Amino acid sequence: MSERNLTRKPGEVETTGHEWDGIEELNNPLPRWWLWTFYATIFWGLIYTILFPAWPLISGATPGLLGFSTRASVATEIARVEAANAPMRDRLVAADLGAIKDDPELLQFATSAGAAVFRTNCSQCHGSGAAGVQASGYPNLLDDDWIWGGTMEDIHTTITHGIRNTTDDQARYSQMPAFGVDGLLEAPQIDAVVQHVLAISGQEHDAALAAEGATVFAENCAACHMEDGTGDRTQGAPNLTDAIWLYGGTAADLTYTVTNARFGVMPNWNTRLSEAEIRSVALYVHSLGGGE
Amino acid sequence: MAILEKHKAIETHATLLLVLSFLVVTIGGLVQIVPLFYLENTIENVEGMRPYTPLELAGRDIYLREGCYVCHSQMIRPMRDEVERYGHYSLAAESQYDHPFQWGSKRTGPDLARVGNRYSDDWHVDHLTDPQSVVPESVMPKYGYMADTLIDGRHIQDIMKTHRMVGVPYSDAMIENAVADFKAQSDPNADTAGLEERYGTVNLRNFDAAPGISEMDALIAYLQVLGTMVDFSTYTPVASR
Repeated sequence: MSERNLTRKPGEVETTGHEWDGIEELNNPLPRWWLWTFYATIFWGLIYTILFPAWPLISGATPGLLGFSTRASVATEIARVEAANAPMRDRLVAADLGAIKDDPELLQFATSAGAAVFRTNCSQCHGSGAAGVQASGYPNLLDDDWIWGGTMEDIHTTITHGIRNTTDDQARYSQMPAFGVDGLLEAPQIDAVVQHVLAISGQEHDAALAAEGATVFAENCAACHMEDGTGDRTQGAPNLTDAIWLYGGTAADLTYTVTNARFGVMPNWNTRLSEAEIRSVALYVHSLGGGE
Repeated sequence: MAILEKHKAIETHATLLLVLSFLVVTIGGLVQIVPLFYLENTIENVEGMRPYTPLELAGRDIYLREGCYVCHSQMIRPMRDEVERYGHYSLAAESQYDHPFQWGSKRTGPDLARVGNRYSDDWHVDHLTDPQSVVPESVMPKYGYMADTLIDGRHIQDIMKTHRMVGVPYSDAMIENAVADFKAQSDPNADTAGLEERYGTVNLRNFDAAPGISEMDALIAYLQVLGTMVDFSTYTPVASR
């Protein structure tokens, strides 16, 4: 490094005074447009801190002249959409559950809204196509086999309060005893009753055992599943005579179910979804094919 | 241009440059970070928040160990689409006992800030064991081995003490009863009066429906409490926060 080179002719670019082995560093001025843009950004930065929340003080930060608040802005945005939906939503909430499908405009609104609610909240268990997960305890909602009923009122209640959850006192509740684990039935009795269930559901079975199982069934199962095994919706007891199974209908599956019992849980949605959303998704499920 | 001449003095002395750069960065850091510790509106006390129970805390550690945060965030941002999908936007207070917080910024999977009570325990077992069995389009790996790994809470007391050191208000009673509370939460036959007295509302059940306390129990206990502590039917947001 050396002293600034003062021997250059006028008009030549100044150097920074840095020189290494005869190579000098020129001190070209910055382009004016660049320099002024730079100053402008500094100025804008200061303006910004005045307009928006910025400077920390003793107990809070300056709120900014524009009064911007993330919470207020999301609340406004939500309110805007709520207001836009309000006429239809109020009509939906006021409508008689059974009458929604008779109002084409309402039906269209609720089905579209319900489909969105379903995809967001229900598809994780019941599948994006609502076919459930066969034999895993996630019911198929496309068929007309309902455990707790398939009318609009039934579906609405199920979605609102859920099933066997601990978070809603009004959740639908039924509990099959664990006949094997709790020692209510001996292993041979379970084998027999399983054969009986295979028989009434029209599957291959051992006729002799099934006849024996009919007695076991009448004594232990008929109270909920009815004498003919067609189930009872008021108790949430599934129909055992059709080909639709929540946890599988093979002899092994049935033996497991009778031995250990099943206890499928559905959350209550009344804390997460609005009444309009619950009605929409109930209508959507109702419209999938099995609605009664 | 006198000031530039002085600047030259800094630029030509490496040590001076280093010291002054450090000073500038320190001031910047202090201005940005320190106010967050004392400004009232950055620390909102919300009713309902409680420290994690020992079992939930163990589950949280499994969550960290498995790197769940790599694909799942835990912060519902204050935007309408987020609120519609996941529920009320997250409050800072909801992560006040998280060290470190699990906000995250990457969502290969959905946000989990309010996953608590959203699915049944059975679903969580099925889903963690084989995610594709319930959500065919999922790319989540399988975590079935957690059901086979039993845990006894031998370190939970130390972990809670560590959390207390960084500000989680675990009481002496909580720390003293850590192992007992750890074991009681997922045992339907246990006396849980003490646990409930110390922590308040707690999910009490055998989360994975299998005997013993497995990592599955702990993780599901943690997932089922996420975002459920604050009762939003009574919470009124203060707009200025």
